[in-house]
Amino acid sequence: MSEIPSYLQRGYITPEELFSIIPKPSEERLRERPVAVPECPQEIPCAPCREICPTGAINMPTPNDLPIVDYDKCIGCSLCVQICPGLAFFMVHYVGDKARITMPHELLPIPERGEEVVLLNRVGEPVGKGKVITVVPREKTKGDTPIITVEVPIELAWDVRAVKVVRE
Amino acid sequence: MRLNEHPVLRFERGREVTIYFEGQPIKAYEGETIATALHAAGIRVLNYSPNKKRPRGLFCAIGKCSSCLMVVNGIPNVRSCITLVEDGMRIERQHGRSRLPTKAKPPEFKDAKVVKADIIVIGGGPAGLMAAIHASRAGAKVVLIDENPRLGGQLVKQTHKFFGKREQFAGVRGVEIAKILEKELRKSENAEVFLETSAVGIFQEGEEKLVLAVRKERELIEFRGRAVIVATGAMERMIPFENNDLPGVYGAGAIQTLMNTYGVKPGDRVLIVGAGNVGLILAYQLIQAGVEVKAIVEAMPKVGGYFVHAAKVRRLGVPILTRHTILRAEGREKVERAVVAQLDENWMPITGTEKTFEVDVIALAVGLRPSIELLHQAGCQIKFVRELGGHVAVRDGWMETTVRGIFVAGDSAGIEEATTAMLEGKIAGIAAALRLGIADESWVEEIEKAQRDLDEFRSGPFGRRVAEGIRKALLGGVAGE
Repeated sequence: MSEIPSYLQRGYITPEELFSIIPKPSEERLRERPVAVPECPQEIPCAPCREICPTGAINMPTPNDLPIVDYDKCIGCSLCVQICPGLAFFMVHYVGDKARITMPHELLPIPERGEEVVLLNRVGEPVGKGKVITVVPREKTKGDTPIITVEVPIELAWDVRAVKVVRE
Repeated sequence: MRLNEHPVLRFERGREVTIYFEGQPIKAYEGETIATALHAAGIRVLNYSPNKKRPRGLFCAIGKCSSCLMVVNGIPNVRSCITLVEDGMRIERQHGRSRLPTKAKPPEFKDAKVVKADIIVIGGGPAGLMAAIHASRAGAKVVLIDENPRLGGQLVKQTHKFFGKREQFAGVRGVEIAKILEKELRKSENAEVFLETSAVGIFQEGEEKLVLAVRKERELIEFRGRAVIVATGAMERMIPFENNDLPGVYGAGAIQTLMNTYGVKPGDRVLIVGAGNVGLILAYQLIQAGVEVKAIVEAMPKVGGYFVHAAKVRRLGVPILTRHTILRAEGREKVERAVVAQLDENWMPITGTEKTFEVDVIALAVGLRPSIELLHQAGCQIKFVRELGGHVAVRDGWMETTVRGIFVAGDSAGIEEATTAMLEGKIAGIAAALRLGIADESWVEEIEKAQRDLDEFRSGPFGRRVAEGIRKALLGGVAGE
């Protein structure tokens, strides 16, 4: 069974596994502006990210190839995050000692701008709290999926991939 | 139990009506099925089995499995999962086999209404809709029949966005695709739709194909045409375990029907069996509806569906237990617990690894098998092809079976994706119009384009297995098993 990738045995991928499959954006690039990072390590027939990218930054010769983002061409527009049917695209932006993570959020309630939310890692464990800094509602996105950007401690940039809205 | 808020769906309920269950009044809404209204009222036991008098509830919720038979207005064997409520309806649990009341008058064959068309499409899911749209565009007069009260097949309960390419509706939610296709079909003056109409047989009468059907379980209709496209979809598989017939053990699709089509929560806590795409997508849909998913168990050592669907539910805290299976359901008259265990290399449960989950629903997402009954009955050559999910009809590249004039498309031709079902439907619809001499030859290019799209979609690791199966199912193809 050694040939089965461990992410398929567990149902989630670690940053180390992810960056053994796709390149990691440089620290410099991460500070410059938001950059799209797909967590899509498996060959599946799907191409909307490549089709919607306004700068042709996503390299994918056929729909069954993995999306490889040219981080220098990516302008951080978030259209891929909005359209991705697998909800597998995220954007990361380092700002000072924080990281801003842009992610899809298809659950109720939709957080509000400025709201403090519980940060969840890839197995749904709470790892801290963060502030939502932008919300693009469903009807305003190109992909029918609401997206949010949440500010997290920079050391959690590659762990936080969902949030939980907790209201009294 | 009724959902009012949902991140993706809007539930539009019809006029409030009253139905009577075993004499007790129950509130229901026009446009929903009997089983839905009963479930919303907390009633899960729909009948008792003939021999052991075991309680039975829903299983497939699309009219295929007969687990939901009830006595409605005195008539037994009514499929409560696809029969719509009517004000004042009297509903009783059925106890075993039941007789028609002596004063009931079933319709006579000679009374059957006759509906004529060039092409009869059976099944209004993604394949059937695309077949009907393209056949009518190519100039054929088309009749589409479906036994469910709504068009769209399983698309109507899919809240996730589809994969593939954008021209194949990638990035669009299944429920929206159903609306787009229905609108497109309804635009056509060449096409007529019959819902709540079950095809029960396909016959050849001279030059004509006769599809015998029953509308609303009481009206006989003869559909007469020159070609038939069978797009009857698939049926959910069941696996053996103790108490697998307990009400609350539902097929994944039944839960989607209750929750996403009719806005009724299937329960509060769910265990899902099977980490293929259906199980993984179901887990996410349950979370969207505010239902807790305790775990997904999967007998294989890995997630069988797309990794991205697994990652979506893992990050919301749902454990996926690979190498685990369900041992038994427990509960009186309904599911109260599920017991699972780890499997060894020989697929045997390992003693001491049992875990109990307090759940009121067990969702089975253990695969589908093609619904080929009508094709089989019509005399089409049938072959067992494991990669396509079971027995399928042998067909050519234009989806025509070994009975001339009978075509097949979608899951009934082999279990795959809605995206490929739509492409196969398009091929079958155009091919049938060409075969009848209705479409001109320029339409052949459309078939060839759809074939290229299918080849591209199937070129990855997931599609290659299906493509291998299709080679076995092709007329004159490689030997099967």
